[in-house]
Amino acid sequence: MEIILISLLNGFVYGMLLFMLASGLTLIFSMMGVLNFAHAGIYMIGAYIAFESSRSVGFWAALIIAPLVCGAIGAAIEIYGLRRTHHNGHIAELLFTFGLFFIIERGVQMAWGMLPVPYRVPAGLDFPLFSQYGINFPAYRAFMLLVAGGMLLAIWLLLTRTRIGLIIQASLTHPNMVSALGHNVPRVFTIVFAGGCFLAGLAGVIGGNYQVTEPGMAAALGPIVFVVVVFGGLGSLAGCFIASIIVGMVQTFAVVIDTSLASMLGGLVSWIGTDNLAGEILAVPVSRIGPLLPYAMMVLMLLFRPRGLMGTRDT
Amino acid sequence: MDAPALCLTGVRKSFGPTEIIRGINLDIALGERHAIIGPNGAGKTTLFNLVSGRFPITSGSITLNGTRIDGLEPQRINRLGLSRSFQITSIFHRMTVFENIRCALLWPQGYRYSFWSPLWRQRDLNRRTEQLLEELNLLDRCDLQAGLLSYAEQRALEIGITIAGGASVILLDEPTAGMSHSETEYAVALIKRVTEGKTLVMVEHDMRVVFGLSDTISVVVYGELIASGKPEEIRASRAVQEAYLGTLTE
Amino acid sequence: MSDAGLTTGRTAAQTRPVRASAAASRQRWLWIALVVFAMVLPWLFYGWQTHRHSGFLLTMLSQMGMMIIFSLSYNMLMGQAGLLSFGHAVFFGLAGYSTIHFLDAAGAGKLPVPMELIPILSGLAGLCFGIVFGYMATRQRGTAFAMITLGMGELVATAAIMFHHFFGGEGGVSTNRMIEISLFGLSYASSVQVYYLILAWTVIAALGMLFLTKTPLGAMANATRDNFERAQFMGYDPRRVRFLQFALSGLFAGIGGGLYAITYEIVTFDAVSSALSANVVLMTYIGGATIFYGPILGAVLITLLQSGLSMLSNAWLIYVGVLFIGMVTFAPAGFAGMIEAHGPIARAGRLGRLAVPYLRMSIPGLAVLLGFIGIVELTSFRTIGEAQGKHLVLFGSDIDVRSLVPWLVAVALLGVGGLWLRVEARAFARVWDNLTADLKQRGL
Repeated sequence: MEIILISLLNGFVYGMLLFMLASGLTLIFSMMGVLNFAHAGIYMIGAYIAFESSRSVGFWAALIIAPLVCGAIGAAIEIYGLRRTHHNGHIAELLFTFGLFFIIERGVQMAWGMLPVPYRVPAGLDFPLFSQYGINFPAYRAFMLLVAGGMLLAIWLLLTRTRIGLIIQASLTHPNMVSALGHNVPRVFTIVFAGGCFLAGLAGVIGGNYQVTEPGMAAALGPIVFVVVVFGGLGSLAGCFIASIIVGMVQTFAVVIDTSLASMLGGLVSWIGTDNLAGEILAVPVSRIGPLLPYAMMVLMLLFRPRGLMGTRDT
Repeated sequence: MDAPALCLTGVRKSFGPTEIIRGINLDIALGERHAIIGPNGAGKTTLFNLVSGRFPITSGSITLNGTRIDGLEPQRINRLGLSRSFQITSIFHRMTVFENIRCALLWPQGYRYSFWSPLWRQRDLNRRTEQLLEELNLLDRCDLQAGLLSYAEQRALEIGITIAGGASVILLDEPTAGMSHSETEYAVALIKRVTEGKTLVMVEHDMRVVFGLSDTISVVVYGELIASGKPEEIRASRAVQEAYLGTLTE
Repeated sequence: MSDAGLTTGRTAAQTRPVRASAAASRQRWLWIALVVFAMVLPWLFYGWQTHRHSGFLLTMLSQMGMMIIFSLSYNMLMGQAGLLSFGHAVFFGLAGYSTIHFLDAAGAGKLPVPMELIPILSGLAGLCFGIVFGYMATRQRGTAFAMITLGMGELVATAAIMFHHFFGGEGGVSTNRMIEISLFGLSYASSVQVYYLILAWTVIAALGMLFLTKTPLGAMANATRDNFERAQFMGYDPRRVRFLQFALSGLFAGIGGGLYAITYEIVTFDAVSSALSANVVLMTYIGGATIFYGPILGAVLITLLQSGLSMLSNAWLIYVGVLFIGMVTFAPAGFAGMIEAHGPIARAGRLGRLAVPYLRMSIPGLAVLLGFIGIVELTSFRTIGEAQGKHLVLFGSDIDVRSLVPWLVAVALLGVGGLWLRVEARAFARVWDNLTADLKQRGL
């Protein structure tokens, strides 16, 4: 029972972190048709910048600096990079962000080395918020929820209450129409892309010390974020949110489930035996298959319902 | 009396809550040259899309030479003998002109998904391709990338790809769109030549082409068929005049 | 519409074969010469005193062969069918794993297949996996397809680390290629023999894939790439076309994987990793996805960079990444595309006109390159190098990475060179455009 409760909370926190990343990505993807491979790389840059700034000016300043820098980087990428490849087609844009991710990963490795950097939770937040069943729930996680929640609220307000927000909403589902109506779509693109990178940077600040800040973090989290975007569906932030929570929960719960498919299916599969691959797959505990599950979910979703949970357009 | 080549019965199509095609009944006889005209947005291209299988119909039925084709995939309909061209030129722009036509001949010549027959050795196939290119007057451009052709040449190629397979029912969607006067004359002569003996259904706006090429005309307005008959009848029809020119205040 | 063709008396059809075969036979001789060169190459570096071949060279050449097959198979998807797959290493690696098991069985006497024909089995394994995965993946198009391949790639890569049967877990599976069955009585103990096996199979696979491009399936793959819907209205099911193309590309990728297994005698999760899938995308695109031999160029180039640069610099992957992005932005047709673009100009004998503009671009270009390399290397040595205690040595003298001077020099080179290059590049573009416009006017 206690495990379920703690896992629920942890899963929710992880899901919100995923949402911070996935929301920017789904906005960019829905509007511009570009799957920004470099998104997780921006997240990583955000974490590293936060690490550097928290060493000099403190964590709270980092909370502002890192997202702004990432947003600026995003704007630069869009203006100097994506716009040029736009006329070469979607595949060219995709490959561009792909190459960018490559460079970001190696660049970070080069600049900060291959080992994790000690980006820690700030002392002011490093205490257990409450204790339940002998397990502490760190205050920092509550802080993460606060930031993520605040971000969600800000996005919602921006999209529904401001003019630019309405244009963005329209562009999510009908980008060509918006352009035909005379709005400066390239400028909107730049704003959305920079905004998405801003969010990724913010996610990096609060996620970097939740997880480990090291050069492999982008490659580890990147594909999961794609899963969320695809699973939630194009053109729908609500779908993205639901998908983030689901994926977060799945990954968190999988770790604590020690049974295997075989023991759940019982004698039904005893004739397969354990001495071959099929048997091994069934015998492995779910906790170990955890990393596989999101990908399996994504592939299944793409096969049977390519528009995702709540998508308005097909992927 | 032969069975009609194409038979539409009670065809309706809605996109969401909007009904675009509102119950069209149309019979097109074998060998007929049938033009479909109407104001913009009337649903003519949508009708083509329904017949050729690009979109599914909401209700009704469509038969081709007696066989039900509504609900079938486009390639199945094509194999049953119906071929269409597109209003916006739809060719293989990165392949050469020769390859474009040759591809259109592959299925009808029975090659299917073969990955063992070398194309350069198929004399019959290549000869037919050249013959067709000659008819289209594109033979000297045959090694050019299709995307580099002039607009009128691309439209000719479009028609070529459409009729290459030997389909018995040809649907041409605004074949002379965007053409100059001389280009249009040329295109009409080409169409007459290559659709000899086939059933031709055409969506057109250019009235000279319509009255020159077709022996039956149907008028579609707001998704409904308001008139169908010989060119003289249509020209004289009050309903058609009103549809195009509006009702005169008397 | 021109009537010129009908009045010349000789139709284009009659002139076509003549023109085509002249150019084709020139190309054919070039490739034959390259193959002969590849056969002779190990002997150029043979140590006549030590009676030993250069291990480094053989390893690099063998790797090139495998990567050539792998990239060509990838281009069956990317360039020919317009399918962007991010999980192609799956077929390379799974066939590699299978081949290890085949070799085990052959060595134990349970599989009487000579070494020379083992790659056929590898190819069949790749084909089977291609059929299974392809059936699922090709049900979708565009980005959905790319995401499915990404997901599949991650699934297989994760499974390869996890499971012991077939995959051997983290340690992978290994074998001994001395199976003592051979058509030519070879033991394949030495790397030279393995190299010639790889070379032979590279030629066979390349010719096979070239043949495929000239079959109905190959033509329709191009057609579905250009215009999915039009292919439907010509009687073809585009999904079926893509599925078959996908399966066949798995076959050839499998041959590459089999050669990998034979060469290294061990296959681990690296062979199915997303890094390898990413690598083949880079190789194929940089080489040129629109021309058949483009991926060959890309594979050779990247392997050279990998073997050569990685020894010189820690940051060589950054250079590859920047090269890739540069190609995507400025030269989407890859190196092969750039070479072919000179074709009409060369045939008209006007290639000389480009010599001076190229020269004028090369000087600032060199400055930009040096400046960029300088910054990258200085950064690299500042962080990683320091940790490893290495010093940056340029022309024999130590460079202090902490002082400001080298940084300023590098930035200056980059900045000044960049501005100058822009000017020269524009001038070059003008010359190029004039030449091509001129040729177009003459109808060439």
